[in-house]
Amino acid sequence: MDIKEDQIPMREQDPGERRKNFKEVPLGYSKEEAIEEANRCLQCDPAPCITGCPVEINIPEFIRHIREEDFQGAIDTIKETNNLPAVTGRVCPQEEQCQEKCVMGRKWDPIAIGRLERFAAEWERDQGAETPKVEKSTEGKVAIVGSGPSGLTAASDLKKMGYEVTVFEQFHQPGGVLVYGIPEFRLPNDIVDGEVETLETMGVEVERNTVVGRLFTVDDLLEGNKVDEYDAVFLGTGAGLPWFLGLPGENLNGIYSANEFLTRVNLMKAFKFPEYDTPVKVGKRVATIGGGNVAMDSARTALRLGAEKSMIIYRRSEEQMPARDEEIEHAKQEGIEFHLLRNPKRFIGDDGQVKKVEVVKMELGEPDSSGRPRPIPIEGSEYEIPADDVIMAIGTSPHPLVPRTTSGLETNDRGTINADENGRTTKRGVWAGGDIVTGAATVIKAMGAGKTAAKDIDRWLANGKGWRSDLDEDREDE
Amino acid sequence: MKKILKKTKVGTGVWEYEIEAPLIAESNKPGQFIILRLHEKGERIPLTIADASVEKGTITIAAQSAGKTTTELNDKYGEEDYIHDLAGPLGNPSEIENYGNVVTIGGGVGIALIYPIAKALKEAGNHVTSIVGAQSAEKLFYEDKIGGVSDELIITTDDGSVGRKGFTSDAFEDVLNERTIHKSWAIGPVIMMKVCSEVASKYDTELIVSLNTIMVDGTGMCGGCRVEVGDKAKFACINGPEFKADRVDFDVLLQRNQTYVEEEKCALDRYLEEE
Ligand SMILES: Cc1cc2nc3c(=O)[nH]c(=O)nc-3n(C[C@H](O)[C@H](O)[C@H](O)COP(=O)(O)OP(=O)(O)OC[C@H]3O[C@@H](n4cnc5c(N)ncnc54)[C@H](O)[C@@H]3O)c2cc1C
Ligand SMILES: Cc1cc2nc3c(=O)[nH]c(=O)nc-3n(C[C@H](O)[C@H](O)[C@H](O)COP(=O)(O)OP(=O)(O)OC[C@H]3O[C@@H](n4cnc5c(N)ncnc54)[C@H](O)[C@@H]3O)c2cc1C
Ligand code: SF4
Ligand code: SF4
Ligand code: FES
Repeated sequence: MDIKEDQIPMREQDPGERRKNFKEVPLGYSKEEAIEEANRCLQCDPAPCITGCPVEINIPEFIRHIREEDFQGAIDTIKETNNLPAVTGRVCPQEEQCQEKCVMGRKWDPIAIGRLERFAAEWERDQGAETPKVEKSTEGKVAIVGSGPSGLTAASDLKKMGYEVTVFEQFHQPGGVLVYGIPEFRLPNDIVDGEVETLETMGVEVERNTVVGRLFTVDDLLEGNKVDEYDAVFLGTGAGLPWFLGLPGENLNGIYSANEFLTRVNLMKAFKFPEYDTPVKVGKRVATIGGGNVAMDSARTALRLGAEKSMIIYRRSEEQMPARDEEIEHAKQEGIEFHLLRNPKRFIGDDGQVKKVEVVKMELGEPDSSGRPRPIPIEGSEYEIPADDVIMAIGTSPHPLVPRTTSGLETNDRGTINADENGRTTKRGVWAGGDIVTGAATVIKAMGAGKTAAKDIDRWLANGKGWRSDLDEDREDE
Repeated sequence: MKKILKKTKVGTGVWEYEIEAPLIAESNKPGQFIILRLHEKGERIPLTIADASVEKGTITIAAQSAGKTTTELNDKYGEEDYIHDLAGPLGNPSEIENYGNVVTIGGGVGIALIYPIAKALKEAGNHVTSIVGAQSAEKLFYEDKIGGVSDELIITTDDGSVGRKGFTSDAFEDVLNERTIHKSWAIGPVIMMKVCSEVASKYDTELIVSLNTIMVDGTGMCGGCRVEVGDKAKFACINGPEFKADRVDFDVLLQRNQTYVEEEKCALDRYLEEE
């Protein structure tokens, strides 16, 4: 058999066009394209691609179903371990996960696993996906705090097991980073809204506008104080606290955290101001500081809001950029300017409004603790880059509110919650997973953590809630 | 969805709303606020919890028509209407103790916001002197209510149409001249808080101010509410909203609150045109 060396390309919106709108950039595979791509798969046994997927989707099997035009079979296989394929198919860093391990990739293009996953999810959506039936009902009530991918996954799995599940979300719209962070042109909010709707039809209660730690605490949930009593609590509150650099001039007007900028645009729909009430301000030149997905999203969003020049300022070189290759590629195609090996030193304003960023040139030294070469400032190389807006996309850390207001919950020096491989925390009856445990990571890892915790919660409730049992013998008795 | 049970006009352009929110009423402490979004297209705006009743399961908020959202609320929302989203209580509560002699200062809509603090301080056993100020008599409101929880009430108006002529800060200075004050609170326009802060520094007495920054989430996720306190950036929603006045850089606050003036004007004009 002939081996097709190249991936079937995915149709995309033209860069010149798309930089002016918020519509999705990649347009998805057609049925024919999907089958053709699926036909490239070697159906390896054992299949190394599976080991690259954090939730171990049976990749060859779902691809075989696509090949045989059994799209229902494909989506069923994926959904055995992945509740949100429409999301992961779009935003997973596939090139470092499943696709990196793909045998085809050793010589040619790896199989476009993510695109096929997205295709299967899209096919299901077009059919008018059926809401999973929850037949049995199991004794036990579980509270989920946070409605990001970890919380949504845990909620869905526990509901399917028959438990009573309530999700508490501080925002008015559930979905976490998927709705407030990742822009429409990469992940339309509709998709996430649809998933939440399915959950609610399954009988999961989703309580919006509920700030846990202020309205009531995790202890209240376990004790039935002020609210219903819950047997177990899963914490999936993410890593939403934005970092700033603490540089002079950082509080000038026009300097945003990426969280603020993206929340205004994605969650509050500032790109439709004044039809929507929330404003966002974008001048002619916008500088985004950082080199991850968040930075790419911010820079590309600024462009769509009308910036004439949208720049990325990053302190290492392109090779070390944590953003996905596809995102960097898309950003370049759209005309984002990359100012690499540059680090901001201060922000210069006029009448309270930022006007320039002073940067210093950097060179790469020995690897640091992250294994990447350490950027070292080159003395005397400072110069100014004019900018009307600056977006700080340099990282986030977990929000301390829930840990601080929950008794007996241990965190470590990075502010993340200590949890074991099953997601159990140091507090009886409380699990945690996703970015709140790992620090800012990925959608699929958060989903995986939600799944693992759901399984363990089920095991724990079924075994009569012995926090110290044969499942967890290395734990201290309380 | 949160239901408005009662709406009362309390001053020029200021309305008070009693809203059904039993859990917030139960958890609320003086000094905290809520964030509301009127409808699907609305902005999230912070408003202080001016009062709460656990028995009735209600909270009270007071809103002054400033821009689009507050004007729309005051114009269009009445009894039996629902506010689409309302989250709280947010922010850290005021530190209420028996300090001895305290002063609570409210200016403009801040009069409504100082009330729960004055009340709690009184209940904690303090001798409470309240100073409330407005531009003129018809802009003044709540004076009886505040008077009811204070040992002494001083009213000031810019034009002298009621009470003494002048600013709250002048009255504050007089009180400080008269006797030892152990702690004070001031809530109102940034300029008022800034001047009160200067007065407090002069008399070396502790003043707490509640900062009305621009906010989006109100939960520490955006940093849009950041202010400079003691030369460090602090998030008003989670580190505040109350801060020690002598550490606050009021000029940065004034500057940052200017960020969206053009857009705010555009939104209000467009709204008024449509009506
Ligand atoms: C702009 C951006 C782009 C990204 N791009 C990608 C990408 O392309 N691919 C990828 O794999 N990953 C990407 N990520 C990372 C990914 O989105 C996160 O790792 C993932 O969302 C983490 O999921 P989570 O469930 O742990 O938390 P989150 O998604 O952060 O959700 C946490 C939820 O908890 C809520 N919450 C927090 N505190 C409370 C409280 N006290 N009470 C009630 N609710 C609370 C929050 O409001 C939020 O809804 C991106 C992140 C950002 C910010
Ligand atoms: C913690 C906190 C508690 C608050 N409590 C109350 C309250 O109880 N009652 C009340 O009426 N207001 C309160 N405010 C102020 C209120 O949030 C703003 O007036 C509101 O956001 C204005 O929205 P808008 O769309 O009506 O006006 P906008 O169009 O947003 O603004 C109109 C005008 O108001 C000014 N402005 C904008 N935002 C603020 C702000 N945050 N503070 C002061 N001025 C602002 C603008 O400069 C502009 O001139 C509080 C603010 C904070 C941060
Ligand atoms: S979930 Fe992500 S890693 Fe797993 S197969 Fe799908 S795209 Fe690959
Ligand atoms: S490794 Fe690649 S070729 Fe082999 S089964 Fe997985 S996707 Fe197919
Ligand atoms: S309002 Fe967003 S961090 Fe304070």
